[in-house]
Amino acid sequence: MSTVTDTKKKAPAGERVADWADGRLGIYTLAKANMRKIFPDHWSFMLGEICLYSFIIIILTGVYLTLFFHPSMNEVEYAGPYVPLQGQLMSEAFNSTMHISFEVRGGLLIRQIHHWAALIFLAGMFVHMMRVFFTGAFRKPREINWLFGFLLFFLGMFTGFTGYSLPDDLLSGTGVRFMQGAILSVPVVGTYLSMFLFGGEFPGGDFVARFYSAHVLLLPGIMLGLMVAHLILVFVHKHTHFEGPGRTNKNVVGMPLLPVYMAKAGGFFFLVFGVIAIIAAIASINPIWALGPYRPDQVSTGAQPDWYMGFAEGLIRVMPGWEINLWGHTLVLGVFIPLVIFPAVLGAIAVYPFIESWITGDKREHHIAQRPRNAPTRTAFGVAWITAYMIMLVGGGNDLWATHFHLSINSITWFVRIFFFAGPVIAFIVTKRICLGLQRRDKDKVLHGRESGIIKRLPHGEFVEVHEPLSQGELHRLTAHEQYAPAELPPAVDENGVERKIGRMEKLRVKLNKGYYGEDNQIAKPTVEEYKEIQSGHGHH
Amino acid sequence: MSSQEISEENLPAGQDTAHGAVKVADDPFADPGLPPHKPRIQDIDERAARRSERAVAFMFTLSMLATVGFIASYVIFPVDKIVYIWPFGRVSALNFALGLTLGAALFFIGAGAVHWARTLMSDVEVADERHPIEASPEVKAKVMADFAAGAAESGMGRRKLIRNTMFGALSLVPLSGIVLLRDMGPLPEKKLRTTLWAKGKQLINMNTHEPLRPEDVAVGSLTFAMPEGLSEHDHHFQTEIAKAALMIVRIQPEDIKDKRELEWSHDGIVAFSKICTHVGCPISLYEQQTHHVLCPCHQSTFDLSDGARVIFGPAGHALPQLRIGVNEKGFLEALGDFDEPVGPAFWERG
Ligand code: HEM
Ligand code: FES
Repeated sequence: MSTVTDTKKKAPAGERVADWADGRLGIYTLAKANMRKIFPDHWSFMLGEICLYSFIIIILTGVYLTLFFHPSMNEVEYAGPYVPLQGQLMSEAFNSTMHISFEVRGGLLIRQIHHWAALIFLAGMFVHMMRVFFTGAFRKPREINWLFGFLLFFLGMFTGFTGYSLPDDLLSGTGVRFMQGAILSVPVVGTYLSMFLFGGEFPGGDFVARFYSAHVLLLPGIMLGLMVAHLILVFVHKHTHFEGPGRTNKNVVGMPLLPVYMAKAGGFFFLVFGVIAIIAAIASINPIWALGPYRPDQVSTGAQPDWYMGFAEGLIRVMPGWEINLWGHTLVLGVFIPLVIFPAVLGAIAVYPFIESWITGDKREHHIAQRPRNAPTRTAFGVAWITAYMIMLVGGGNDLWATHFHLSINSITWFVRIFFFAGPVIAFIVTKRICLGLQRRDKDKVLHGRESGIIKRLPHGEFVEVHEPLSQGELHRLTAHEQYAPAELPPAVDENGVERKIGRMEKLRVKLNKGYYGEDNQIAKPTVEEYKEIQSGHGHH
Repeated sequence: MSSQEISEENLPAGQDTAHGAVKVADDPFADPGLPPHKPRIQDIDERAARRSERAVAFMFTLSMLATVGFIASYVIFPVDKIVYIWPFGRVSALNFALGLTLGAALFFIGAGAVHWARTLMSDVEVADERHPIEASPEVKAKVMADFAAGAAESGMGRRKLIRNTMFGALSLVPLSGIVLLRDMGPLPEKKLRTTLWAKGKQLINMNTHEPLRPEDVAVGSLTFAMPEGLSEHDHHFQTEIAKAALMIVRIQPEDIKDKRELEWSHDGIVAFSKICTHVGCPISLYEQQTHHVLCPCHQSTFDLSDGARVIFGPAGHALPQLRIGVNEKGFLEALGDFDEPVGPAFWERG
């Protein structure tokens, strides 16, 4: 480009820098494809951005914390300015967190931003994951990216857990003890795992240093890699968009990366950071000085983990204390079963996309974000899953519920035990009905138009509400969704009269498929004929 | 599997077939194409556009002021100054000022940028085409051919000996890494079965650090004790107290329902492990009428008048009891270690 030597004017400095970089990095080719890349706009597409930005905030503040934090369990006597703890023995980890909170100017703020951002990061990932789930955005070609996202959520929980264990305070130490007790319950190898993780017996003198390297290096490193891969795939697949006039499976409608999306997304980073900084200024979190240093023989009442561990907490609280002693060994089912259910419930949502694509047998690419009502069975499953999750969160705070609402722990425990199983079933049935109801309403709207709120008196005296016909764009939007025909088993004998072998899995698949797309499981879209008939006939009220 | 055959015909007609992007007279549901762009007030009225410009610039200016405020707060407010601010209560002045100014400095950059994008940058929607992620058959064929050529040139398929030994070497080499993890910790052996308690060790009051006499144990309260010889300054204090922590109560001997408990008590004084048998929290709450103790973590409740058996909650077995007596100096002493492991259950517990 600017290699032309005979031009009088030199290219502007910015261009010359870009040329230099292009000669080495090939940035023009990269920019050609991406600079004006189109991004669709919808509020729910910002959820993923919240996750990305809070992760960046976490890294920035985390690096700052490493400047002052000492990941050591050596016991020291507190000699800082916080009077109630003076003279008390505590680990250097706790001591240095006290130092960050009371002596480093701005240290408390950064600690609180780090912690608040972690809570928002995990909440953001949870809601973002649900958005992807309920709009079917996990379908081909995005299944792998769904798994990347799920792994980020899963690892995020452990990064958060190792993080809030670092200050070695009375609350987090109790959480670590909980984890160690859970590890001990693992049959055969539990005690070995515990000894290896803690460098001996609990709590020993190693776990803070070990958690530290996992927390600041290993886990965030993996997560950073996953996040980059996640974003690359978003670029490659391009974003999904909702159906509507001009929006098809073969295009993507929105605004270009430069300038609109860049300004909005870049601006949104500052908004998220700003809001978290303000929260950190006005709402204190994890005031470790009020809790005191960890001692395995002391405990604070009302011990609660961060919200994302509440599910595991609930499982362990409501599980009956089953223990089986046989041949000199103990099977600690009361703890081990929750330890297994925890990944199993999370895993259920992780593998769902693969199950759905097996049921539909659909191998095509999907780039339209579905409206949840148009996939009633999936939506119902998702709500059922959330219900189970939320019921366990309730279980995780059973003592808080009991004291706030004057209930007995016993009845809450039984409520959680029963509704962990019954709740999802009820939620499934109710959600599916609501979805079908909404589908019916859409159909009515298409066929009869929108209720205008205007009441008209007909010549013969009857009062009717005037229905306005929908615009063609709206008609298209409400009828553009795909509908599968239910699968059928092939006839038991083929054309040559030979008996056909149908595998058991195939039978199951067809059965499930009917549950998704069979009669009563979706409302057939209005057809053009129905529409015309109604519009020409009695359609004028 | 036959799944493919069946499903193909059940797939919905791809909605793209309906997309002529023009209004088709006999299909009222056809895609009318992108709606025309509706101009904003800023697109038509230059005065409105200038107002937006000023608003954006104002927000960026606020951000600059906030950063100045941040630095000023850092310098002005002492780190230990506490102030009362309604409705937040007593807060650190420095933390409050730094957070708000930093928050405002960031927030107004964001608000300015978003306002700029929404009011002044083009909001015309554009469509980009999507291309299938899958490669075309030609590309695939080329890749397969390249791969076959590469594989053939390597001789992997022909020279089985090389292939097999390579796989062997590659699968063995990670073993070194696993072996290196061996020193992460010791083997469990009997470590979880024993505590510092032993015959003749006096019970030291956790609060006063004095040996306990029977008269020190009052009815209706929990007393916490640790074994004689252990000090908070010991290197292994945390690990030892995690197993040895003891709670002591006095119960009228006739109220003790469990025969062994009575035998192991001294004059109604019973000593139990303080570590919950569920997942190891220390027990801290005592209900003196019922002699129930409660673990605050997951509400396991144990009846100290009946062998500390579990009467509620997720714990799986009773709290271990320590056999106690009184030595010749009149102090409470242990008559041995616990006869079963304290704390959470594990596979080898039996
Ligand atoms: C990726 C997600 C991450 C999450 C969810 C997370 C979460 C947390 C949480 C909840 C705490 C407890 C803070 C408190 O209340 O005291 C913490 C502490 C800490 N984190 Fe992170 N963190 C993450 C990444 C990082 C990174 C990348 C670094 C450093 C490079 C880091 C450095 C630290 C340090 C040094 C502490 C201990 C200091 C203290 O507690 O004051 N974290 N983390
Ligand atoms: S640790 Fe005591 S009830 Fe769970």
